[in-house]
Amino acid sequence: MLSGLLESIFNGVSIGSVLLISALGLAIVFGLMGVINLAHGELMMLGAYTTFVVQNIFKTLPAPLFEFYIFFALIAAFIVAAAVGLVLERGVIRFLYGRPLETLLATWGVSLILQQLVRSISLGLSIAIATFSLLFFGGMWLIKRRPDFDRIRNGTIAIILPLSIAISAAVSIFLAQTYGLTITKPWFGAQNVDVTAPEWLRGGFPIGDFQLPYSRLFIMAITVICLVGIYLFLQQTNWGLRIRAVTQNRQMSACLGIPTAQVDAFTFALGSGLAGVAGCAISLLGSVGPNTGQNYVVDTFMVVVVGGVGKLAGTIIAALSIGTASYLIGSGNLATIFAPIQPVADFFTFFATTSMAKVMVFALIITFLQVRPGGIFPQKGRNVEL
Amino acid sequence: MITLVPKKKRDNRLLIEAGIVVTIALILILIIPWLLTDFRLSLLGRFLALSIAALGIDLIWGYTGLLSMGHGVFFALGGYLLAMYLKLQIPKDAANQLPEFMNLYGVTELPSFWQPFHDFNFTLLAILLIPTIIGGLLGYLVFRNRIRGVYFSILTQAATVVFFNFFNGQQKLFNGTNGLTDFKTILGADISTYQFTFYILTIIALMFAYALCRWLTSGRFGNLLVAIRDDENRLRFSGYNPTGFKVVVFAVSAALAAIGGAFYTIQTGRVSPQLMDIGFSIEMVIWVAAGGRGTLVGAILGTLLVNFAKSLLSEQFPEVWLFFQGALFLIVVTVLPDGVVGLRKLFYRRQQPISTYPNIDLDPEVQSEREHPSN
Amino acid sequence: MNESILVTENLTMDFDGFKAIDNLNFSMAPGELRVVIGPNGAGKTTFLDLITGKIKPTAGQVLFKGKNIRRYSEAQISRMGIGRKFQTPRVYLNLTARENLELAANQTKGVFGTLFGKMSGPERDRVWILLETIGLAVKADRSASLLSHGEKQRLEIGMLVAQSPELLLVDEPVAGLTDEETENVGNLLVTLAESHAILVIEHDMEFVRQIARKVTVLHQGTVLCEGTIDEVQNDPRVIEVYLGQPQSIDR
Repeated sequence: MLSGLLESIFNGVSIGSVLLISALGLAIVFGLMGVINLAHGELMMLGAYTTFVVQNIFKTLPAPLFEFYIFFALIAAFIVAAAVGLVLERGVIRFLYGRPLETLLATWGVSLILQQLVRSISLGLSIAIATFSLLFFGGMWLIKRRPDFDRIRNGTIAIILPLSIAISAAVSIFLAQTYGLTITKPWFGAQNVDVTAPEWLRGGFPIGDFQLPYSRLFIMAITVICLVGIYLFLQQTNWGLRIRAVTQNRQMSACLGIPTAQVDAFTFALGSGLAGVAGCAISLLGSVGPNTGQNYVVDTFMVVVVGGVGKLAGTIIAALSIGTASYLIGSGNLATIFAPIQPVADFFTFFATTSMAKVMVFALIITFLQVRPGGIFPQKGRNVEL
Repeated sequence: MITLVPKKKRDNRLLIEAGIVVTIALILILIIPWLLTDFRLSLLGRFLALSIAALGIDLIWGYTGLLSMGHGVFFALGGYLLAMYLKLQIPKDAANQLPEFMNLYGVTELPSFWQPFHDFNFTLLAILLIPTIIGGLLGYLVFRNRIRGVYFSILTQAATVVFFNFFNGQQKLFNGTNGLTDFKTILGADISTYQFTFYILTIIALMFAYALCRWLTSGRFGNLLVAIRDDENRLRFSGYNPTGFKVVVFAVSAALAAIGGAFYTIQTGRVSPQLMDIGFSIEMVIWVAAGGRGTLVGAILGTLLVNFAKSLLSEQFPEVWLFFQGALFLIVVTVLPDGVVGLRKLFYRRQQPISTYPNIDLDPEVQSEREHPSN
Repeated sequence: MNESILVTENLTMDFDGFKAIDNLNFSMAPGELRVVIGPNGAGKTTFLDLITGKIKPTAGQVLFKGKNIRRYSEAQISRMGIGRKFQTPRVYLNLTARENLELAANQTKGVFGTLFGKMSGPERDRVWILLETIGLAVKADRSASLLSHGEKQRLEIGMLVAQSPELLLVDEPVAGLTDEETENVGNLLVTLAESHAILVIEHDMEFVRQIARKVTVLHQGTVLCEGTIDEVQNDPRVIEVYLGQPQSIDR
């Protein structure tokens, strides 16, 4: 009984810690800019694919090094996701501040593009993208230096954009026809890919008659490190102070000379980077595909809704409770506990699958929001929701 | 509301509009079938069914400013409710009176909630009422706590996932992932031979849906919806409680989605949990956005345009469609916030006369002084 | 006390230890035009939030016509007869001026009343008269987003009146207006005061002098003093609050 309880708690917390690490970046970004990034799941997916790539690189290296690839993968995943996040913020989201619903739609568009990109990225496609970027942004950069740039801006875009698209498309078609499959073969394809955990992360730590899998313990450790890191960063550093200031009062911060645009971009990159780390973590749990992000992202949003944006602690509590609740309901443990009371047990048995557990957790969330609509730690003060 | 226009003239305008609608409907029924291949015509019928759902989205998002990312649920519900009736059209001489998938999963007795779907009238009523009630209830639980904006949107998204999991997981009740398909007869008639009838019925339903939305969005009620979009909290201090209005509008739009779903299902011959996919629900929003949010014509036009583009593109280059769709989201949001319908403004904006000057910058005298500072 | 239209008793609002309103006792007679002044952070806007039910007091109560409003929502309180104008004008930008007024003037504010109800003749006339009064008759069918700041201020006051409340709460009606517009708004308020009780919050002392009969000074969430404009301006405590301490640089 005791080990059974321990197992439930462990599994609940471990699901919760995956949720937490994925929700962390989202919560910070949402708190700062009121923006929900629907492409957050795809940033996680990119992190997972980065892990896959790093793993393959390390496979070519001497054996002992491979055991430590995961640490390089964590860093690489952070950098890749943060870079994509930065591009996303500078390229799309900053034009949509104050229009949160449009941001949702735009980031959804980005998530579709990223999904398909992972499926069909190949040498040819990347050359095409590179050509396009070179032509378009290079051209814009050249023209930007003209004094009458503001006046001719729209016209220029109208000319350069289709031109660059046409040229890069022509280049890629030409390459594809000349070199064939070597160019057009997708790197990853639509199939799922598998990340092999290093030797020391397989197996588990035995307690009684069940094991604590090392990979799950590792994920919890990453989560704790990220949490502590973020906490220290927000509390102790200059940029952390700026982020907190802008979160509380954007106008006032701007008046005090805080570069809010930079803070936004920086925070968004940070949140995206955390998504990358989360992606690296989930790659240890199973195979990774273009749709991987979708499986996590909705739960992640629920964590933010339940946690509220007032405090980081809300995100932690919400993630752990949702994780534990999902596990307890989904695994059928509750049904076992209530076995003596037949109707109640039947009720819980009906929900005792992973997918049906979602139904019940959602019902619980809606119920919770009836009591605390602003989440566990809502934003406070007179200015909220004027 | 056009109160300045005398009543008679207003009536005339309504008559003209009704005339245009009927004309378009007649063209769709009498002329278009001669121009399109059977395949394209069946696509058009489906897309018109989608337009009914799009009208619902426009009502809550375009006018009221509530972004639902979960209307696929109501759409699919409408489909399922009709499909349940269709699955019960079993020949009298069959081995047992159960839908065939139930036999596969070893169900021996029809679940009790399937029973009333033997009756066609009950089914029609259910298609209208059940999504309305579910929508109203969900809406009430969310809106009464003043949960709105992004929070509302991601809750609707979560609801979609939940319904998807429910229908996907219940093999014995709804045949799980495969959904309900292989419909044979409706009211004793062979479904496959009556596709053109369903096409006409869809057009008629769309006309009614349009008229309903037109009625809701004009006049004081329509103004109130726009006011909710502009500044919901201000409205409370004018003595309105926005919750009730939002619940009603959300329920109506859920019903429209369900009606669309029912017509869609009977034309495609299949309903499955894939219709509750997150992506499909958000796609509905982009139809409206591409056409022009806040205009009913835009919602219909956008649905037809995007879906025909989709079917053309995904026939030719299946890979490109997702890129295209993603780009569509970005372009519509950043460059074309008023959609295709908004484009017409580009043409006549300049001729719009300004009778008085709302601010000094628009005063032509000030303008001319600025342009000729020497005077 | 029974004839007072608005009474607060020991009203306290505590935001996590910060008492924005602290044991405030206040009363207003029907038909009175009262001006509330006070330095920044004195709790003026919080006071209005409490009266309109936007927030609920931590302790104490607000009585409107002898009725405790605690149980009621903003919309219900508004229908009981309290209208509010916000500090920055809040009108519905995508509706025309006329539509804005029509929404406010609607007497059946339920869902179905709004949907099925037709606008009555008297309501229509009221809207017309109001448009004339606030000087927007020419721009009645212009989208409110095209109105100037001053016009929006007047439109919002018009919407307030269209609600036909018994008590009008007006938060800084002349902030950001030109002198001429200020005087117009002042005259408008004085005219309205003939038939309504009005509570005005204002900083602009010139304007206060133009309209005020009785002034209440708020400071740190409580009433510092009350009286005519001259009495208040010569009160040593008021002078200290506004000018005395070097750290408070408020007007």
